[in-house]
Amino acid sequence: MSNSEINKLIERTYSAGFVTDIESDTMPPGLNETVVRAISARKKEPEWLLDWRLKAYKHWCTLTPPDWGHMNFGSIDFDSISYFSAPKSQADRPASLDEVDPELLKTYEKLGIPLHEHAALAGVAVDVVFDSVSIATTFKKKLREAGVIFCSFSEAVTEHPDLVKKYLGTVVSYRDNFYASLNAAVFSDGSFVFIPKGVTCPMELSTYFRINELNTGQFERTLIIAEESAKVSYLEGCTAPMRDENQLHAAVVELIALDDADIKYSTVQNWYPGDKDGKGGIYNFVTKRGACIGDRSKISWTQVETGSAITWKYPSVVLRGDNSIGEFYSVALTHNHQQADTGTKMIHLGKNTRSTIVSKGICAGKSQNTYRGLVRVSPAAANSRNYTQCDSLLIGDTCGAHTFPYIESGRSDAVIEHEATTSTVNEEQLFLCQQRGIDADKAISMIVNGFCKEVFRELPMEFAVEAGKLLEVSLEGAVG
Amino acid sequence: MLKVENLHVEVAGKIILKGLDLTISAGEVHAIMGPNGSGKSTLSNVLAGKPGYTIIKGSISFDGAAIDELSPEQRARMGIFLAFQYPVEIPGVSNMEFLKAASDSIYKHRALEPESSMDFIKRARQLSALVDLDQGFLKRGVNEGFSGGEKKRNEILQLLMLQPRLAILDETDSGLDIDALKTVSEGINSYKNSDNAVLLITHYQRLLNHIQPDFVHVLADGKIVRSGDHNLATELEAKGYAWLTDTAA
Repeated sequence: MSNSEINKLIERTYSAGFVTDIESDTMPPGLNETVVRAISARKKEPEWLLDWRLKAYKHWCTLTPPDWGHMNFGSIDFDSISYFSAPKSQADRPASLDEVDPELLKTYEKLGIPLHEHAALAGVAVDVVFDSVSIATTFKKKLREAGVIFCSFSEAVTEHPDLVKKYLGTVVSYRDNFYASLNAAVFSDGSFVFIPKGVTCPMELSTYFRINELNTGQFERTLIIAEESAKVSYLEGCTAPMRDENQLHAAVVELIALDDADIKYSTVQNWYPGDKDGKGGIYNFVTKRGACIGDRSKISWTQVETGSAITWKYPSVVLRGDNSIGEFYSVALTHNHQQADTGTKMIHLGKNTRSTIVSKGICAGKSQNTYRGLVRVSPAAANSRNYTQCDSLLIGDTCGAHTFPYIESGRSDAVIEHEATTSTVNEEQLFLCQQRGIDADKAISMIVNGFCKEVFRELPMEFAVEAGKLLEVSLEGAVG
Repeated sequence: MLKVENLHVEVAGKIILKGLDLTISAGEVHAIMGPNGSGKSTLSNVLAGKPGYTIIKGSISFDGAAIDELSPEQRARMGIFLAFQYPVEIPGVSNMEFLKAASDSIYKHRALEPESSMDFIKRARQLSALVDLDQGFLKRGVNEGFSGGEKKRNEILQLLMLQPRLAILDETDSGLDIDALKTVSEGINSYKNSDNAVLLITHYQRLLNHIQPDFVHVLADGKIVRSGDHNLATELEAKGYAWLTDTAA
């Protein structure tokens, strides 16, 4: 197959559609101290949290947006953004599934999303989604019995202020970077998880709750704490393409693992990527970091990124405890004009610390896909090891894959391995599949899924199946 | 089954096939021999519908229907199978997954329910033994890390699993040692029956010692310059191609 044919077929359209409604209950655009105070007041927050937000805001005012990413987009006008939107009123939403873009419903079907979730995902004005709410209630009870706290961030501020106060900003400080400061100043809501000492969370968190987590807004904040020997697997996001009116997203996630604790954090991100000419699409600037504070603790990030026009995201692990382990498994797929600059940082501070990085970038259309990673071994981190594997797969000849690995070793006994490959889905592979009767779309999806196998293996079962389908739908028409 | 008439094919601005005629009926084994650059691989690729090969004159029909305009997968589902000269690797996609996807798409084309996974796996195990591939190969990525000989035997495994109507074998014998050649030939012979047909494309006579062709054609400069029975192959082995190509020129 010639490259021009590949290009022709790459032109998929985002089957989700993208709907813009006029918000009725939104603060005027722009950010100043009054806005920060108003957000805090609206959420009836305690004084200490308001102070923290204000400090963050003041610090943010001194910063400029980072420009080192391998990306190209116009500057963001932060004064044109409204920093607080009330949840949408029922009247603004479609009244029934009949009013929803049939393409969107088709996508849900392709992804195998249960029917009862369609309405909620599409933003239909339903009072209660009976099935999921009752399931959610049952599971909340089970969590309570185990002593696990899993609630919205706002609820945590009210119900568990001491825990929030103790850990908030300890991994990602409000001074960390431009977008983290912005988030600290104006964060809307998010999730809070606390697993007490010795408890293994009885279920994977968020699977059954994803509907309730919609509309958390553009500045999400998540805080997960696993005490000594606690264990939790957290699933963020959803394979279903979601509507969102906010173009800029700047989330912060902090993970804290004490001695022998184990946190597994899995993400599937499928925000609107923009149309095939690169118009629209979400700008996603995320700061995710975990701290292995305790000895023998472990934090593992797994991410499947297929959405957003701009992705700027480096889920990292600070390996402070001796013998602690950090892992990062990533699939980042870009298509059309999408740009992704993503990777990880593994900071080895403790002795005998280990980290593993497996990154798979898939690049089609006119997209740019960058892996950026830092492995730092501090002088105190005796006998540390890192293994990095970084593979790029190109589809067509108009996309770009880039790798920027940074390695800083302060120890002569550190073992740091880096492997990288770049390959293409070539005409011969496609022709082999087609010659055996497999159509081009299915062939591409098989080839890409094969390429991602090592990462999908790390995903919780339910997500792994969905993620495979997601790649298939995302690359529909990518090559034929 | 297959009828090729006055076929002229252009590849990258160069005319490679210049009026080729070939008729293959069910139950027949044909061999096409010829020197390097005579158009042998072009013929197999154009029959399978590989992009980049333009038919400028002539026609190809399969079971009475013109297939010139059909996509490679459509042709494959109708029963045209090409065993590749250089099989490519598809890392991470297991042989089994690949074969099942291929088989299912062919069944679907025939409006049949797909073969059950149990039956399919059982059949795959039996047939992989026949081509002397360990069962572990079924779980490995398609051709991933296979030796040259293993790749060729894997092509024959696919042939046996998919049971096409016409098997085109493009220099399947190249790069095989004597034992592997024997295994591959046995595989092809076990496939052959009165309802299907085989088109062997080869440089050498040695494959034809194992699989006896009903017809041997000599391809030179884009045309079939001589056809005969298996004795023609022996004659070619002794005399080379020059005496035919010279008369063709």
